[in-house]
Amino acid sequence: MAAGFKTAEPLEYHRSFLKENCRPDGRELGEFRTTTLNIGSISTADGSALVKIGNTTVMCGIKGELANPPVDAPNKGYIVPNVDLPPLCSSRFRPGPPGEQAQAASQFIADVIEGSAVIQKEDLCIVKGKLCWVLYCDIMCLDYDGNLLDACLIALLAALKNARLPEVTVNKETEVPEVNLENRRSLNIHKHPVGASFIVFDDSIMIVDPTAEEESLSTATITVVTDEEERLCALHKPGGTSLSGEKLQDCISRATTRHREVHKLIDKVIQSAKTPK
Amino acid sequence: MDVCGSSSPTLREFGCEQNLLSRPDGSSSFVQGDTSVLAGVYGPAEVKVSKEIYDRATLEVVVQPKVGLPSVRERAREQCVRETCEASLLSTLHPRSSLTLVLQVVHDDGSLLSCFLNSACMALMDAGLPMSCLFAGVTCAIDTDGQVITDPNAAQEKESRALMTFAIDSTERRVMMSSTRGSFTVHELQQCIAVSQKASDKIFQFYRDSVRRSQGLRWFPRQIGDESRDGTDVRDDPEHH
Repeated sequence: MAAGFKTAEPLEYHRSFLKENCRPDGRELGEFRTTTLNIGSISTADGSALVKIGNTTVMCGIKGELANPPVDAPNKGYIVPNVDLPPLCSSRFRPGPPGEQAQAASQFIADVIEGSAVIQKEDLCIVKGKLCWVLYCDIMCLDYDGNLLDACLIALLAALKNARLPEVTVNKETEVPEVNLENRRSLNIHKHPVGASFIVFDDSIMIVDPTAEEESLSTATITVVTDEEERLCALHKPGGTSLSGEKLQDCISRATTRHREVHKLIDKVIQSAKTPK
Repeated sequence: MDVCGSSSPTLREFGCEQNLLSRPDGSSSFVQGDTSVLAGVYGPAEVKVSKEIYDRATLEVVVQPKVGLPSVRERAREQCVRETCEASLLSTLHPRSSLTLVLQVVHDDGSLLSCFLNSACMALMDAGLPMSCLFAGVTCAIDTDGQVITDPNAAQEKESRALMTFAIDSTERRVMMSSTRGSFTVHELQQCIAVSQKASDKIFQFYRDSVRRSQGLRWFPRQIGDESRDGTDVRDDPEHH
């Protein structure tokens, strides 16, 4: 009977739970789903990470390639993030060129990487004006159950921390770069941006970490990205119902709490991956 | 850290023209300093069955850059503009219909996203689409000294360490849309929101004046903040005849 009610009147179904201050999956309004993280699972990539926030599963793989640095910034390399939402993750995505949600997510990740300075592009330069690294960060969603942006950011950050690039030297006589695959170094991660997503339900109620059903019924979505110095790297609210100052402040404080939890999780996983060696 | 000294935000001189294109149901051209955007609205019109929504209108936003094909950056902007418009349009009055908003960049000299929002709002008004509120786009940049600059031009945007664009609604002056680049503190964010809300008052007054005078296609070359607004009607103006 409940399943029938949920399909026929999804809004009323969710409202009946919100009246009791909880949600259909038993969580409180301010509770995040269980987040699990696994790194280094893709051996062919220079760095990889798999994140699960509840059912939402996102995988990030990092490959480093060599290229010429940009003409206007000869001492900088490139970081190219790409978010892919294949038809595998949800029935709403059809095969073909990336849709708007994937492209908007890619642009968001690119803006966060640039704004938070998680990696200094100068660190990716090998020989000024001649050779630099291009980090291709491919973020693929394997199971879409809401809260895509948070999962993508955690996967990206963990994969960057896990990434080990080989050492490159330029042979003085032949001017050909020589890659030493045995000797690898980790990347220098300066900041740790972590996101927290919220939705506004019925123009008034704020819900943290939405599932896909909750997202489809929401009237607005907000993603707040903070770093460890409590600075905001992004406040992404692409339209929807307007927010008052207090609600915004509430989101920001929840985001800073979330940042501490996730940062601890990432450090723990990276540490445990190192110790067996 | 220095804070924005003046209490009233300075916006570049802006101008607007409505109903300038013959084919779209509504059109507008919005100019902020040197940044200029042309918007056209078609709708409510027939919608493809695959895209129709049973109880509301389907809004599609297309952003055309000045040069080249639309890229990932334009898609992200389309999403921001589309969701802001959807929140303010009463789309349930036109179920199973399509609304198309096309934004053409004529010149980009900074604050492009806020120019998109302003021209979109004027074009939707010109098309006569029912809206629950108007919205105004304001861009703020925080430069390396910590000063807040409203409505930055392209050079100021490049030098800034953070850039934020907000869409403010006309009924309660709250933040409808926020798109940021760069890192900033919570205090700076609140400052920029306060500054944007003040700036939006001037933009809404400008919309009102502009629509009132839309019979004569007038530019507003004076700086906003002029006290010489005396509420005369265009019909009383002798040069209008």
